Amino acid sequence: MQTCTGKGDLEMNMLRNLKSLLAAVLFVPALAFAEGGVHLDPAPDVSNDPAALQNGVQLFVNYCQGCHSLSSIRYNRLQELGLTEQQIADNLMFTTDKIGEPMLNAMKSEEAKKWFGAVPPDLSLVARARASESGTGADWLYTYLRTFYRDETRPTGWNNLVFDKVGMPHIFYELQGIQEFDGHELKSVKGGKLSPEEYDKAVADLVGFLVWAGEPQAKLRKTLGVWVLLFLAVLGVFAYLLKKEYWKDVH
Amino acid sequence: MSSNSQYEKYKSDGSLLGALLEWVDVRFPATALWRSQVGEYYAPKNFNFWYFFGSLALMVLVMQIVTGIFLVMHYKPDGSLDANGIRVAFASINYIMYDVPWGWLIRYMHSTGASAFFIVVYLHMFRGILYGSYRKPRELVWVLGVLIFLCLMAEAFMGYLLPWGQMSFWGAQVIINLFSAIPLVGEPLSVWIRGDVNIGDATLNRFFSFHVIAVPLVLLGLVAAHLIALHEVGSNNPDGVEIGKHTNEKGIPLDGIPFHPYYTVKDIVGVVVFLALFSIVVFFVPEGGGYFLEYNNFFQADPMKTPPHIAPVWYFTPFYSMLRAMVWNFFWVEAKFWGVVAMGAGVVILAFLPWLDRAPAKSIRYRGPIFKTLLAIFVFGFLILGFLGTKVPGYKIFGVSWLDGDIIAQIFTVYYFLFFLTMPLWSKIDKCKPVPERVTWK
Repeated sequence: MQTCTGKGDLEMNMLRNLKSLLAAVLFVPALAFAEGGVHLDPAPDVSNDPAALQNGVQLFVNYCQGCHSLSSIRYNRLQELGLTEQQIADNLMFTTDKIGEPMLNAMKSEEAKKWFGAVPPDLSLVARARASESGTGADWLYTYLRTFYRDETRPTGWNNLVFDKVGMPHIFYELQGIQEFDGHELKSVKGGKLSPEEYDKAVADLVGFLVWAGEPQAKLRKTLGVWVLLFLAVLGVFAYLLKKEYWKDVH
Repeated sequence: MSSNSQYEKYKSDGSLLGALLEWVDVRFPATALWRSQVGEYYAPKNFNFWYFFGSLALMVLVMQIVTGIFLVMHYKPDGSLDANGIRVAFASINYIMYDVPWGWLIRYMHSTGASAFFIVVYLHMFRGILYGSYRKPRELVWVLGVLIFLCLMAEAFMGYLLPWGQMSFWGAQVIINLFSAIPLVGEPLSVWIRGDVNIGDATLNRFFSFHVIAVPLVLLGLVAAHLIALHEVGSNNPDGVEIGKHTNEKGIPLDGIPFHPYYTVKDIVGVVVFLALFSIVVFFVPEGGGYFLEYNNFFQADPMKTPPHIAPVWYFTPFYSMLRAMVWNFFWVEAKFWGVVAMGAGVVILAFLPWLDRAPAKSIRYRGPIFKTLLAIFVFGFLILGFLGTKVPGYKIFGVSWLDGDIIAQIFTVYYFLFFLTMPLWSKIDKCKPVPERVTWK
């Protein structure tokens, strides 16, 4: 019977090597992400600004909901944005009179298909679906809604930088004005009702609302997560002490 | 007494509960089962970090079953469109996420649980390779484990179709289409699997049936067999020595300790640490950076719109890379078929490990430099295959033109198989260190 001294060190070394190897492999994706893809402007975070989110839902109802539904959000859930039932009923409910109903669009999908060539998608999850290696879904939406430009070759007369040959016309052209694209950059050829800064803010609010709608419980989820981790930390201490107590007599 | 058990039957202490237990024990081997499998199952005392993953896998299995039961209460396997133009299956997942109280938590636990299951099982398998846990007399434990792994892959694959998102639909489309590459029977076989010429409602319904009943039943049976076989031969340990060789006068291994309470209390620590990591994902990054829940799967399935890049979920990507690495038409059969063969063989070859390894020592602690070097490259290659499987064909690592992903995947695929196939040769000549008689503390 022999006890190999130094074996432990060797195993530790092996483990350490394995760890650095793992780290190297795990870093590959991070570096790989740096390349390619469309450049997206980072969307401002308005998740903690109720006024911005309320403005966002107003914009959604006025400009988007004609064609797009938000079928996973019920009107009464908008109370989570700081609105009262009365405010919701008075200002936001055009497609139904029941506050427990989902936020559906006004248009029939067969008609929409005739007009735009495609059914305008439900936007409940759009802020999550549009995430990619290039940026978050919010970044994509924020860039998309600001990069419509005139293109006479398109049936609607509009094209988009991040969504080539998009079926949707520029719904905010009244607010933003008209842009043209020379192959390199966008140029404003006619101003809109809003200044560029005001327009960016309006889009940020709308995108903020869509991010909220993509996962209304996101805030609760994170708050709860902190408590769960705290609980596990305490449980972990007791579990470790219990283990130590029992293992005292193992030699 | 007709019982052939070596354990004495429970004798009541006179209390009501004691009398009940005695009554049961006469008719059911309660005491015998408890003592043989837990209370007097002697496990080596020198288990280390790597030995947490077996019990963790069991816990994740239970968690998947429990969360799954609750998801089935609200999920609807229906591919048709509802009144809002949303596919019913996809809408039912949204209903769980938005309207069912705590539905989002249960669903995130289940979706994160799938990835966690594979992480834990991959580490559990790696432990087996590190310490030679598949070697005689534990060959059957290992083979049953490989079958569990296969089952798990089927379970995950079919479960992924159920949300009926874009990646669900197109991922299944790609994989099932592969079967059509099999000569002669391929086309009818793929139709038979789908129940239709395309992925459709029929496919969704049968995958649902398999995912919630058929495969879990097989999985549970295999897990039970895996544990029974393990407890028959006893656990291996980081030294790869048999603790049964040195026993006291009662036949108890000198280096063994009862599984309960020693390893139950130790595994609780592992469970808490695991749950903390698990909770970080569930509560803070439930999409796992697009690896656990693919972004594209938040779009509902659209049979008319093929996504530009269809990637399987991360746990399949090493084997998906092997599939894509086969680009040659051998024997007038198209490359796609050989891809399927490579992918299948990549899993099946694991089952032969007990008979491929001829080293005199089981544990990496006493094995020679050849094994350590080849294993390190093997692990590195497997991770690279996994990474490349998430990328489009023609992908260049770091954007460097000569680091061609396709060629690198081919090299590591060949290496993967050579590692196993040449093992009988190199494992025999590798210079092992003397193995101690008894376990050591590390």
